[in-house]
This record gives sequence, C-alpha cells and structure tokens, in this order.
Amino acid sequence: MSAQKDSRPVIKAVSVRKSTKRPRNIVERLFEFWFALCAFLSVFITAGIIIILLAESWPFFQQVSLKEFLTSRDWSPLFSNPSFGIQPLLLGTLLSTLIACGIAVPMGILIACGLSEFMSANIRQYLKPIIEILAGIPSVIFGYFALLVVTPAIQSIFPSLPGFSLLAAGVTMSFMILPLIVSLSEDALQSVPQTVREASYALGATPLETVWRVVLPSASSGVIAACILGVSRAIGETMVVALAAGQQPNWTLNPAEPAATMTAFMVQVALGDLPHGSLGYQTVFVVGLTLLLMTLVFNYLALKVRNKMRPV
Amino acid sequence: MSEATFKNPAINTAKYPETSIKFRHFLSFMFKLLSILGLFLGLIVLLVLIGDLIRRGGDRLSLDFFLNFPSRRAEKAGILSAWVGTLWVMLITAVMTVIVGVSAAIYLEEYAPKNRFTRLIELNILNLAAMPSILYGLLALGLFVHQMKLGSSLLTAGMTLSLLVLPVVIVASREALRALPFTLKEASYALGATQFQTLVYHQVPAAISGMMTGVILALSRAVGETAPLITIGALTYIAFLPKSLLDSFTVLPIQLFNWLSRPQEEFHANAAAAGLVLLFLTFLLNAVAIFIRIKARKNIKW
Repeated sequence: MSAQKDSRPVIKAVSVRKSTKRPRNIVERLFEFWFALCAFLSVFITAGIIIILLAESWPFFQQVSLKEFLTSRDWSPLFSNPSFGIQPLLLGTLLSTLIACGIAVPMGILIACGLSEFMSANIRQYLKPIIEILAGIPSVIFGYFALLVVTPAIQSIFPSLPGFSLLAAGVTMSFMILPLIVSLSEDALQSVPQTVREASYALGATPLETVWRVVLPSASSGVIAACILGVSRAIGETMVVALAAGQQPNWTLNPAEPAATMTAFMVQVALGDLPHGSLGYQTVFVVGLTLLLMTLVFNYLALKVRNKMRPV
Repeated sequence: MSEATFKNPAINTAKYPETSIKFRHFLSFMFKLLSILGLFLGLIVLLVLIGDLIRRGGDRLSLDFFLNFPSRRAEKAGILSAWVGTLWVMLITAVMTVIVGVSAAIYLEEYAPKNRFTRLIELNILNLAAMPSILYGLLALGLFVHQMKLGSSLLTAGMTLSLLVLPVVIVASREALRALPFTLKEASYALGATQFQTLVYHQVPAAISGMMTGVILALSRAVGETAPLITIGALTYIAFLPKSLLDSFTVLPIQLFNWLSRPQEEFHANAAAAGLVLLFLTFLLNAVAIFIRIKARKNIKW
C-alpha cells in the first residue's frame, strides 16, 4: 500500500515532463518543426523548378505548336521572322557531350584502374585529394582554357578549325569531367573486397585479367553511375560551351563547326535584356524545361544503376 | 558423369593457350604502363592549362588590380567590385546554407520517420545534387526576381547559390552526425536531457568538424558558379561597391566571363589574372576543408 502511494508523485512527474504546456517541450516541438521545414525545402526546390518552368513555357506552347518545336530544323526566336525548332540546340548539346564523354569515359576508367589497382596506398593518399581539388575547378576557368588554349592548340594541328567550335568545347569539357569520373570510379573500385582479387590471382590470372574480368565487373554499377554523372554534368555545362562553341544555332553533325547548345542559348538571352513576358523571354524557360527533362532521365538511369549495386 | 560436367567454360584453351603466358604478362604490363601514363598525362594537361593562366595573367596581379574598378581601358581595369561582391555573396550563402542545410540534415538523421515521404526527400536531394546549375538560375529568375521582386541583387544571388549547394551540405552533415557513437546520445538522455538539448550540447558540437568540411566544400563550389548568376541578370559592369543587400553586384566569375568575351588581347590578360585569383580561392577553400578533415580524424578517438 505504501509502495503505491510512493509511486504516485513519480508518475505525476513523468506526466508533467511530457506535458505540451511545459516551456522546454514547446521549444522542443518548435525546433522539430523548424528542422522538418528545412528538410522539406529540398522538395520545394524541385517543385519550384518544375512549376516555374512549366508556368513560363505554357504561354509559349499556346503560340508555337509542339510539332514545330520538335521537328523544325531552325532555331531563331529573336529574329523578326522567328522560327522555333529545338533540334539545332539539342544537336549541339548532344554532340559536345558525345565528344566530352568519348574522351573522358575511357580515359577516366583507365586512370581509375591505374590509381586503384597499380598504385601503392601511400601515393594514392596524396593523389586522391589532388584529383578531388581538380574536380572543383570553376567551369568559367575551363571556358578560358577552351577559348585561349585548347582552340589554338587544335588549330595548330587542323588550321581550318574556326575560332568557335563544338570540338574545342567538347575536348575542354572532357578535361573538366575527367577528375569527377576518376574520383567516383576509383571509389567504386576500392570498394571491391581484396579477397576477390586474391582469388583471381590464385587462379593464375595476370593483373590485367584480374582488373578487366573480375574487379571492373564487380564494380561495374559504381563505375557506370560515375560515367552517367559525368554525362549529366556535360549536358548541363554552360560556361565552356557559351564561350567556346559559338552562339549561333546551327543544325550540323560536324563537330568542327560553331554551334550553340541549349545552355549557351540561355546565357545569350540572359545577357541581353528581353522584357519579362515576351516570347523571346519565354524561350529560355522552354529550353530549360527540355534540359530538365534530359537531366531527369540521366539522373533516373544513374539511380537505377546505383540501386543495383550490392556488396559482393 | 558425362564429359561436359568437367569442362569449365571459363577456361577457354583456344583463347589462352599455355604458351602465351609471357604474352599475357606483357599485355598486363602494357596496361599498367598505359594507365599510369594516362594518369600523368591528365595531370600534366591540367598543369599546362594552369601554367598558361599564370603566364598570361601573372604580370597583371598587382595591388592596383585589386583596388581598381573595371574600366574601358584594360591596363587600368581591376577587380575591386568583383571581389567585394564575391565576398558578400559568399557570406550570405554561407549563413543561409549553414542554417538550412544543417537543420535539414538534423531532421533527416534524427527526427525523420522511416517512411515513404522521407525516402522521397532523400531521393530528391540526390537528384538536386546532379541538376544543372543554370536551372537554379531559372528558378531564381522566376521566383526571387519576378515573383518576390528582389531584383538581381546580392540577396537573390546568395539565396540562389545556397539552394544550389544545399545538397552538398546536407549529405556531409548527415554523414558527420551518423559517424557519432550511439553512446554519446544515450549518456545525454540518461542525464535527463531532451532530444533538442542532446543535439545542441553534444551531437552538433561533436560533429561540427564534419559539418564545416561540407560547408566549406559547398562554398568552394559556389564561389566559381557563373551560369545561375548570369541568368538572374547580374550585371557585368559595376563601378561601385554594394551598400545594401538589395544593390546590384558583380562577382569574380562574371567579371572573368565579361573580359573573356571581349576580343582584345589585353582584356584576356585581365581575365587570366582574375582566373588566378578565383582558382586560388577555390584551392584555398578546398585545402582548408581537407585540413579540417585530417585534423578532426587525428583528434577524436571514440
């Protein structure tokens, strides 16, 4: 009986502690609410981007048919006789991305293999931070390289190359995404357990056979995810193409010609001063929407591949 | 048992006859050589590029270059308004990213229930990290510049860049919180602290170095961003210093872009010098982040 009496105040104290009226519990709730709000902000950003792009593109598609947008081979929205075909910009983006990845993906995987498999941990420990720092060089500086170093360098081999070209922009972008691909692929290769390599060597495989037939396949999802991220960065890259690829939309498959990409067009329009609400102003958002759709597809692919990655 | 059971399909004797062991090792050696050559080739190309920046712009770096406003005449032009603008924008970005990014990380790591919505937020953050930066510029143009009528001001730029680097800070801060031992939390709860008190007095102070690393890496990315700021309409020619958060501004990368897009050789030298300053800033921020990371690893032993 006495025990029951003694336990009462304890129970009461617990209930007071949990009371929502107690100041410290109010603070507790308030901060939880604030933290949650900040986390939800990231969803609002995505939603915001999609809503803004759709809202500003909507009036554009009232005036221009989707058919013209997708099939016309001419993009000249700012002329007096405007034409709205996304193809030249899309082609410019795809071509420069193709060149960048054509160089950076094989080089990146090769270097990542060398770094992960054939270098001592001691050297790697110093090289890894250097590569990570190189991955952080601002893209406008690569724009400088593209315009003033890479273009003259290619011109000294092919004198017919014009001052602006997709080729120079693509080659420079490959230097830009190389450190990213190397760094992420190396992480994937390092996560392959040592026992897998030892088993391969025990069966008499040479280092090349071990890397090519055992380690790379085990790390394939991580390596592929790294490459897709590189591609998606090349698609969205702006400053290099705005500076070195030229600003004239051009339906061409020849990388040695100047041509505008989607991002270069957006920069060009943003630098001029078009009035808010005009058709030319809306084209920026339409091109942005196209870019968003492309990146979403690539991000989704990267995610799918990464989800397949499981510990060996 | 039949013959076929003993045949291992992986051992293709036609492809790898025993006599070719020397050849296989030769191939392997060549691959090794090639991969290491590739690594050094890549490093050398990047060094040559940076070397060109120094060769062209090194002479322009003087005190005057830092204290002059941009000018029509290349030899008199400087980066005063650009570096002051960069400093302001970085300050705004840092404050906003720390407040929002760390809070979001705390929610996701400590409060969030394990349900579909939380999973959606996590996926969304991964997706945001890989979004082209120019799209953030379009968001800011539509939302901050036209809807909220903030104009192309310092505040708009700071908010745009903090949205851009938010995923970096969230991911780094979450990792820093996750690395803490569970006993730290238990000890605090055992002494009667609430969840928020535990966070403020124990978890966040213990994880602060990891969070700082993330914030500084995020700033090193923000400092070089050009495209989103051009999209929101940052001016390329500014001959005054901003006095309030709603003043128009220019930053280093935009000044660089402006000089680079002019045809004259002299302005290219200015661009190279501005590029060197920008590169130095990026490397400095990265070095500080790496330093903090190494230091933190040495000091704390759980």
